[in-house]
Amino acid sequence: MPKRTDLRKILLIGSGPIIIGQACEFDYSGTQACKALKEEGFTVVLVNSNPATIMTDTDFADRTYIEPITPGMVAKIIARERPDALLPTIGGQTGLNIAVSLHEMGVLETYGVELIGANFDAIQKAEDRDRFRKAMETIHLVVPRSGYIRSLEEALEVIPQIGYPAIIRPSFTLGGTGAGVAYNREEYEDAVRWALDASPKRTVLIEQSVIGWKEFELEVMRDLKDNVVIVCSIENLDPMGIHTGDSITVAPAQTLTDKEYQLMRNAAIRIIREIGVDTGGSNIQFAIHPETGEMVVIEMNPRVSRSSALASKATGFPIAKIAAKLAVGYTLDEIPNDITRETPASFEPTIDYVVTKIPRFTFEKFPQTEDVLGTQMKSVGEVMAIGRTFKESLQKALRSLETGVYGFEPVLPPDSGEPDIRRKAIAERLRRPNSQRLLHIGEAIREAFRIEEISQMTGIDIWFLENIRQIIAEEETLRAWGGRFRALEEAAGIPREEAETVLRAKSMGFSDRRLGRLFGMSEDSVRRLRLRAGIRPGFKRVDTCGAEFEAYTPYFYSSYDEENEAAPSARKKVVILGGGPNRIGQGIEFDYCCVHGVFALREEGFEAIMVNCNPETVSTDYDTSDRLYFEPLTKEDVLAIIEEEKPEGVIVQFGGQTPLKLAVALQQEGVPIIGTPPDSIDRAEDRERFKGLLDLLGLRQPPNGIARSAEDAEIIAGRIGYPVLLRPSYVLGGRAMEIVHDEEGLRQYLTHAVQASEEKPVLIDKFLEDAIEIDVDAIADGETVVIGGVMEHIEEAGVHSGDSACSLPPHSISPEITQEIIRQTRALAMELGVVGLMNVQFAVKKGEIFLLEVNPRASRTIPFVSKAIGIPLAKMAAKVMVGRKLGDLGLTEYVVPDHVSVKEAVFPFIKFPHVDTILGPEMKSTGEVMGIDYKFGRAFAKSQIAAGMMLPTGGNVFLSVRDADKAGMLGPARMLYECGFRVAATSGTAEFLTRNGIPAEPILKINEGRPHVADLIKNGEIALVINTPLGAQSKADSYYIRRTALVYNIPYVTTLAAAKAVAHAIFHLTEEDLDVRSLQEYHGIRERQASDRARGGGTGR
Amino acid sequence: MPEQNAILALADGTVYRGAAFGHIGESGGEVVFNTAMTGYQEVLTDPSYRGQMVTMTYPEIGNTGINMDDVESSRPWVEGFIVREAWRLPSNWRHVETLDGYLRRYHICGISGVDTRALTRRLRDGGSQMGVLSSLDLDEKRLVKKALDLPPIVGRDLVREVTSNREARWETGDWDLGKGYLPASSYRSRFGRLPRVVAIDYGIKLNILRMLVSHGMEVTQVPSETTAAAILARQPDGVFLSNGPGDPEGVPYAVHTVRELLGKVPIFGICLGHQIMGLALGGKTFKLSFGHHGCNQPVMDLSTGKVEITSQNHNFSVDAASLGDRARITHLNLNDRTVEGISVPSLRCFSVQYHPEASPGPHDSRYLFSRFYRYLLGEGER
Repeated sequence: MPKRTDLRKILLIGSGPIIIGQACEFDYSGTQACKALKEEGFTVVLVNSNPATIMTDTDFADRTYIEPITPGMVAKIIARERPDALLPTIGGQTGLNIAVSLHEMGVLETYGVELIGANFDAIQKAEDRDRFRKAMETIHLVVPRSGYIRSLEEALEVIPQIGYPAIIRPSFTLGGTGAGVAYNREEYEDAVRWALDASPKRTVLIEQSVIGWKEFELEVMRDLKDNVVIVCSIENLDPMGIHTGDSITVAPAQTLTDKEYQLMRNAAIRIIREIGVDTGGSNIQFAIHPETGEMVVIEMNPRVSRSSALASKATGFPIAKIAAKLAVGYTLDEIPNDITRETPASFEPTIDYVVTKIPRFTFEKFPQTEDVLGTQMKSVGEVMAIGRTFKESLQKALRSLETGVYGFEPVLPPDSGEPDIRRKAIAERLRRPNSQRLLHIGEAIREAFRIEEISQMTGIDIWFLENIRQIIAEEETLRAWGGRFRALEEAAGIPREEAETVLRAKSMGFSDRRLGRLFGMSEDSVRRLRLRAGIRPGFKRVDTCGAEFEAYTPYFYSSYDEENEAAPSARKKVVILGGGPNRIGQGIEFDYCCVHGVFALREEGFEAIMVNCNPETVSTDYDTSDRLYFEPLTKEDVLAIIEEEKPEGVIVQFGGQTPLKLAVALQQEGVPIIGTPPDSIDRAEDRERFKGLLDLLGLRQPPNGIARSAEDAEIIAGRIGYPVLLRPSYVLGGRAMEIVHDEEGLRQYLTHAVQASEEKPVLIDKFLEDAIEIDVDAIADGETVVIGGVMEHIEEAGVHSGDSACSLPPHSISPEITQEIIRQTRALAMELGVVGLMNVQFAVKKGEIFLLEVNPRASRTIPFVSKAIGIPLAKMAAKVMVGRKLGDLGLTEYVVPDHVSVKEAVFPFIKFPHVDTILGPEMKSTGEVMGIDYKFGRAFAKSQIAAGMMLPTGGNVFLSVRDADKAGMLGPARMLYECGFRVAATSGTAEFLTRNGIPAEPILKINEGRPHVADLIKNGEIALVINTPLGAQSKADSYYIRRTALVYNIPYVTTLAAAKAVAHAIFHLTEEDLDVRSLQEYHGIRERQASDRARGGGTGR
Repeated sequence: MPEQNAILALADGTVYRGAAFGHIGESGGEVVFNTAMTGYQEVLTDPSYRGQMVTMTYPEIGNTGINMDDVESSRPWVEGFIVREAWRLPSNWRHVETLDGYLRRYHICGISGVDTRALTRRLRDGGSQMGVLSSLDLDEKRLVKKALDLPPIVGRDLVREVTSNREARWETGDWDLGKGYLPASSYRSRFGRLPRVVAIDYGIKLNILRMLVSHGMEVTQVPSETTAAAILARQPDGVFLSNGPGDPEGVPYAVHTVRELLGKVPIFGICLGHQIMGLALGGKTFKLSFGHHGCNQPVMDLSTGKVEITSQNHNFSVDAASLGDRARITHLNLNDRTVEGISVPSLRCFSVQYHPEASPGPHDSRYLFSRFYRYLLGEGER
């Protein structure tokens, strides 16, 4: 069937900010969908609140709305744009949910908007548990038995049909609280009581447990002619009971025979037909009993998903792009396979390698939460690796994680006691799933656990465990050969036996670094020895077809098999190193910059070569760059690619800390790093050298010092005066950064958090209380410096810049201060010889400017600034790095937009039990949103709504603030009072407010009897919580208030500055209704121009 | 156990070194690649691979071991098995034996550690060719010479080597999890009169017999050289022409038999049976460069425009032009536009090049057995 001609304008809904469970995979799928639909000549209208996405670049849609993704706002966009259709399946759960709301509100009907891809009924059938179960019964498939209960009595009624062990899952918790497991009646009753209390609507789902069953996923596609293909099968190494997002997964399925696989395939086809997903991709999850093969259907996602992004990267089959084309009427046989060109997309990819995905966790950011995995997703990113065998792919994935692990490193301290104590410790880590379990399996094998025992404790199939056993066994052999290799360190030739041993190890995926540890040599010695033996990796193509047809798409992975298919071109080329797995502190913003780098280089006539290992990203779409290497970002793996490609230059400043860390090592190997010289990076990062730089330029920084011991630290802190800000050197995202107010706090920090030493000194800065923090992004070409944007943080200095909301342009500092900040930024860029991007952070206290930090590289705010000012800074930077001048690019001066852009951070607190929600110098946010409008209050209001805070316009506001904030709080409190809010407060605050003319009703604190404030929050009697941390005093009390507000989804504010901004925003909300406007309108881009520019090239098409 | 070396030498002089598994010995045959990611046990036991050595493009092979059910004939037939990684510790609740042990039991040589992607690319670009696999003789030059001396597949009658030599009734139907193969008796109740089918065994895959039974037919298999007269004497409602190894032109007797049967009874052919049908209708066949061997081939049913994902295993193809208007092309391969199915309504016969019985592979095309059933009841397409 050809393309539908009755549709002209199509609305796409993005997935909003990066949160746990919904990350940049939806930028990848959304970008593909936008490109595919524009390519077909449709007018694309996009809404997404996340500025750090490629899809929200004005080139990718005709109308780009960076507006809150709420039904109300999207309804306004529909009313304004009148699209013919809405494609709801590419924006994750957010997109789907909004589509359902719009249907239920009647908006779609009113404006005649058709849901394409999946209709309302199909979405409901897949999402509603009861309807899904009935649908599965209709087609004779089994789902785990389950039932909803609203009381203990009902719980006891349903349990006989469900049986033990049972899963007890509180409903409507925003996925916050996770689930309990009960193996007997006593545990069951306890768990039900807990779950009823945890559920805001007192509804609990009881489910048959399939914990420990094998878990599989199929990625299914269907077209309007009812053709169905399975794009990829995925087997989870971790069994049922651990969220798929937190599981190590492998493609294709490894432990199913054809007969069993076909039963699953048939089931998947029946499911997509029965649910009625018309076109596009769906993800279906199955559980298989390991001893009987019994199969149950777990769930179906009637949309593209994290797994479909993985499957696309794993197979080379672009699911989202094809899904978009199917949605507008094409059938699979009408769409060519990009990779083979000659064959159609109506086939099932076959792969001749093994793909392993390992999630990346950040439990270290949330020490109050236990590192335990379950049905609630906790990981913040993932890596994928491709190898010719599972062993190779697993070891490559391990070193891709960038957690300091280069293989199956030991995780138990060598002196951790007698064997039986060690064994006990290991067994404990095996039984309770955790982020370190894989490495503990290695330890278990070293401690002579049998793989059957490990399988029994972990539920992991012995096929995977045997592979790990072989790796560990090989390690022992290699270790024994250490002496022979050390003897060869200086030898000219490598004997055959040794060479064969190294080759075998390399083809099992061992890194040089790990081999070095096993041999007792340095990584570099192993590398030189290996190269002398003539052992280098070759590169194989990902081609969807197991080499049956010639591949035209240069998408590569390395292996130590015989043949090398890389065939580098003779063009001028530049390699861009990506950012690796998403984590807190390094996320989608850096991938955004890498992708822009690629676009720019292609526009400048270079071959752009991308290296990255994050399957969620746009940068790892084979369509983005000229050549893609899906490889770990380690020195060894990167050097292998550079030796193969011999590029003119390598760009390290776009991918965040990951490539930056490699810069010096690469340069030492003679790799041409382009842009700002690595020495300048060092000058900005090295404290001593940085100080020299500031002295030279006559710039001020807060008093500070470097402590190489605990004694040092006390002396320095005493000298500069408390409070002080402490942090280890060379960190990103404010890892282990803390403000301490006295000597006691300092000692605590140095004993529990970070030990100061000669190699790892601790940096101590005077903490500037109540200072305003300013972020500046600038671009320079070595001769000219142009300011991209000056941003004022909403939260005071001390809150990590990644966690603070900010406004562009600044909303409170004077023009003189701004000018001085700009002057200082220019001076720094010139002195450092910046070629490319630079970010500077300042603090302004009582009119004085202090320099906090300089980063001569792409910063987290680059995408936000680019969207705010309408200039693609990262793209300009890449052009500058290959020799263009800013003047030629038309970039000569800082243009302050006449609209206001506010960035707000989004936090994962809800996913981590027991974690406090107060902000500090350590970054905790996973993502960001942007609000744009012509007034600060409205832009801020939009940013809050987009971040999920449903700002109330009336009701009770609860205040509990520390003494220092009381005076400052009068303003916002009065504003809210005048907007019609009733004010409630803890006794001290209430008294203070009343005394100052704001009538406030006193409310009991948690420890003052009942009903207390948490009771009122639970009962829905509080509409807004303003609670600034009380320091040490009654911290537990205020913690409980914040946590309760979080769980019950009541808007809460924890700083004075944010309280002011929120009051301001609410004032605007009550005053006037928010309206919507596209980015193209803000920047005066007419539709035609936008599409011409996209067609003009550079978007990777 | 120390690894024993093995060598695969191709007639073009390419040599691959690896480790021996399975039988320690030497064998030769035409080397072909199969792109299926599951179903190596079915591949091994498919009689169509007689005369061929198979390399699997999927690198991890043997993961699920060998079980009692997943067999397509009484024994493995491949001349040699070439893999990237041969798995010695299987994991699957149905397995009873390892791949290694199984191959040893049937004296089949295997080699692992081969860059099977490089081998596949060579076969793709240069066409399939003869090869010798040895773990006894490790002299590369000598092995290449041996490969060059092997007789080519074209024109050979390999069917004679795999057909059963006696008639037999087939008594089991489809497989289900936890139940195994259902007995033929379990299908009786579903259908009234059971049409009788004679299946000519050119090396038939058991799943074809099972599918015929599960679609309500009473099935008797007969040896490949059974004459038309002998078949008609059984008064069948229909005749089935099976898959089998090698070149259809190597079995003129079979073509002759089918020519005599055409028009007298409804006929359904699969794979070699399809090629024989093509020749019997006066068409020609030709050898494909490297054949189709895998489970992901898109085939369009031209009557509905729908696409089936099919299981395929063949080196020869029916030349569409040679058939003229003697047959209708019903199915087309969307990758290379070769003929995948033909029918002659007036003669009540149809055939497909691919494997609707799957095993291994997708079950998308099982409807063809129902179509045959309707032909037998006289409801076939006209």
